[in-house]
Amino acid sequence: MDKKIRMKARNVDFFYGTTQILHGIDLDIFENNVTAIIGPSGCGKSTFIRLLNRMHELVPSARLKGEITLDGKSITSSDVDPVEIRRKVGMVFQKPNPFPKTIFENVAYGLEVNGVKDRQFIEDRVVGSLKKAALWNEVEKRLHDSAISLSGGQQQRLCIARCLAIEPEVILFDEPCASLDPISTHKVEELILELKKDYTIVIVTHNMQQAARVSDHTGFFYMGKLVEFGRTEDMFTRPREKRTEDYITGRFG
Amino acid sequence: MGRHFREELEQLNSDILRMDALVEESVAKAIAALRDRDPKAAQEVIDNDARVDELELVIDERCLDLIARYQPMASDLRFITTGMRLNGELERIADIAVDIAERVIFMAGEPLLKPLVDIPRLTAVAQKMVKMAIDAFIARDSEIAKQVLFLDPEADTLRDAIHKELVEEYMVKDPATTPRAVQLLLIARFLERVCDHATYIAEDVIYMVKAEVVKHHPERL
Repeated sequence: MDKKIRMKARNVDFFYGTTQILHGIDLDIFENNVTAIIGPSGCGKSTFIRLLNRMHELVPSARLKGEITLDGKSITSSDVDPVEIRRKVGMVFQKPNPFPKTIFENVAYGLEVNGVKDRQFIEDRVVGSLKKAALWNEVEKRLHDSAISLSGGQQQRLCIARCLAIEPEVILFDEPCASLDPISTHKVEELILELKKDYTIVIVTHNMQQAARVSDHTGFFYMGKLVEFGRTEDMFTRPREKRTEDYITGRFG
Repeated sequence: MGRHFREELEQLNSDILRMDALVEESVAKAIAALRDRDPKAAQEVIDNDARVDELELVIDERCLDLIARYQPMASDLRFITTGMRLNGELERIADIAVDIAERVIFMAGEPLLKPLVDIPRLTAVAQKMVKMAIDAFIARDSEIAKQVLFLDPEADTLRDAIHKELVEEYMVKDPATTPRAVQLLLIARFLERVCDHATYIAEDVIYMVKAEVVKHHPERL
């Protein structure tokens, strides 16, 4: 664990109304690493990564205690602009959610809403992002076709390109391959391994083999608690906690 | 994972125990053939080895199949990879029983060089170590496995004593005894190798049970 810590959660409790979803989460996210979050449905893993770019604030009754930092600075205090946090901490969702616009417009969208007007700059960034998302070769001749015409796997990589266009520092993936076939899944996994050279990545996944393949560190959540966190190679061959062992060997969950 | 996976792990477990039964039987027969100077019994050991070879392939395939179909993790993964290793170690022990049986046949026409004293002691240690290593596997007990590792120096000491006696008391003093002394040297070497394979099994069992690698790291015991 000699890498630099980019994000830190300290003693994080989280509530929807009076229902406590997360209990005292302490977790470090290392630079240029992939951190996988695993656990059964309802364990709080998706909730947790939504806190990392303050998406939880979209729910009125949401309440967070404790602290989350990015490069040592709090992202959770009320004087921090959530839009700025979401620019630095991007997110890719379970279902590809391209806008009903062209491929080009989808990727350019984040820049335009951030007030970028320079067409050449936008074009360069769109091409660069599509290349980084390993989609360029498949779409370079149809940039002005509707994004909806792409396959599911291509749409997901388009969403990744859209996320990359605003140059985030951390990328959150919430079950990015849940609706993809094995070939598209393979492409997204390859892409994640490529992207970690430049970005810090957190991925929530139900697929334990996927966590084992792509991540450097893994956290196991159960009933709103972080049961175990450690190097992925240890977690999947010699977990310390019995609950982790039982979950990853399919004895419950 | 579900009931079917558990049942298949059970099946793998019984296959490994069946493999062990065949191998321990081969070793016991080879040792009895040596004691009784019985080339016929030795030939049976050689003939029976095909069954061990066949079962080795079945177990290997079962392990690969389980990994490919279920992508097991943690203790399940350790059990299956240990099963593969045990399978290989047991098959090597059976091959050594064949080596001993071949020496028995080779020596059948000649009078024994000397009454066997330390070789029966070494055979007792070898059989004990194999039995304990497999007991550790069956009971998933790393403490029994550790005891196997602590027995290995005893085997080395006995082998060294046998070497010393055969070389200094026979081969040097009367070179005409060399052809017969070499057969006994080889048998001592084979028996000591059985002990080594038992220690490998014990090390694998410790890994399987405690996820600790003690191979090449005796200080971790």
